[in-house]
Amino acid sequence: MSLWEYSNPQKFMQLSRWALPWVAGVSVLCLVGGLIWGFFGTPDDYKQGSTVKIIYLHVPAAMMAINAWVMMLIASLVWLIRRHHVSALAAKAAAPVGLTFTLIALGTGALWGQPMWGTWWAWDPRLTSFLILALFYLGYIALWQAVDDPDTAADLTGVLCIVGSVFALLSRYAVNFWNQGLHQGASLSLDKKENVADVFWFPLLVCIAGFVLMFVALVLLRTRTEIRLRRMNALLARERMG
Amino acid sequence: MMPELGKYAGAVLGSYAVSIALIVVVVGWSLWRAAKVRRALAVVEARAGASRNG
Repeated sequence: MSLWEYSNPQKFMQLSRWALPWVAGVSVLCLVGGLIWGFFGTPDDYKQGSTVKIIYLHVPAAMMAINAWVMMLIASLVWLIRRHHVSALAAKAAAPVGLTFTLIALGTGALWGQPMWGTWWAWDPRLTSFLILALFYLGYIALWQAVDDPDTAADLTGVLCIVGSVFALLSRYAVNFWNQGLHQGASLSLDKKENVADVFWFPLLVCIAGFVLMFVALVLLRTRTEIRLRRMNALLARERMG
Repeated sequence: MMPELGKYAGAVLGSYAVSIALIVVVVGWSLWRAAKVRRALAVVEARAGASRNG
């Protein structure tokens, strides 16, 4: 069986109807479990005190803000190259979810930054590229709304998505090739010395799993809605014609 | 049992409140829109079926 079979809306609806409750259920379990574990079951950090508990929201949200854009980029490229409507609709469905994660990352970052750095905001490379990523999300959503023809909207937003990918990548790697700024380097690393301590790492992993699965569940749900909307518009157009 | 958050309580609780509120908004909006479009499509499909059959 080929992966491309799921670009057939009927196949996608069948698969997603089966998968959605499972993905959503496990996502809720991971999110609630991970956040309760992190909030109630972990100690304060020796440097950051109790603000370390913000890591369970900030890091998964920031990761998913970037990864959602990468998913939109892949779906847009599939649309631009192979013209599969489901992929264009999946990219459209993912944008508000990605924007939500970006806002969570920016909001929790500001609330974390104020007590640690003494400021809510700094024009630091990573923070600035994240703000630009949020603006790209807004522009992407606005462009879908502004163009009446769905295929033209998918083409234009696909191109916007490719351009915005530069900032999605910058927001991840900005600290590596520009001056450090206020923001620390990656919290997660395969190098045990650089990675966060195990006591924070394990609940953080559960929260990351929860955010990833929440993203998948929301994209499945919203893509199903977009497919239904497209079918409804086709039926209404047929009604009008005769 | 609430952990002792000390002088950072505002930042920590504020972060959780903002994040949970945003998640509730996007999940609630997605569910509401899904239900609304599903109902609207059912009406249009029923109308299309009726006009095909008679």
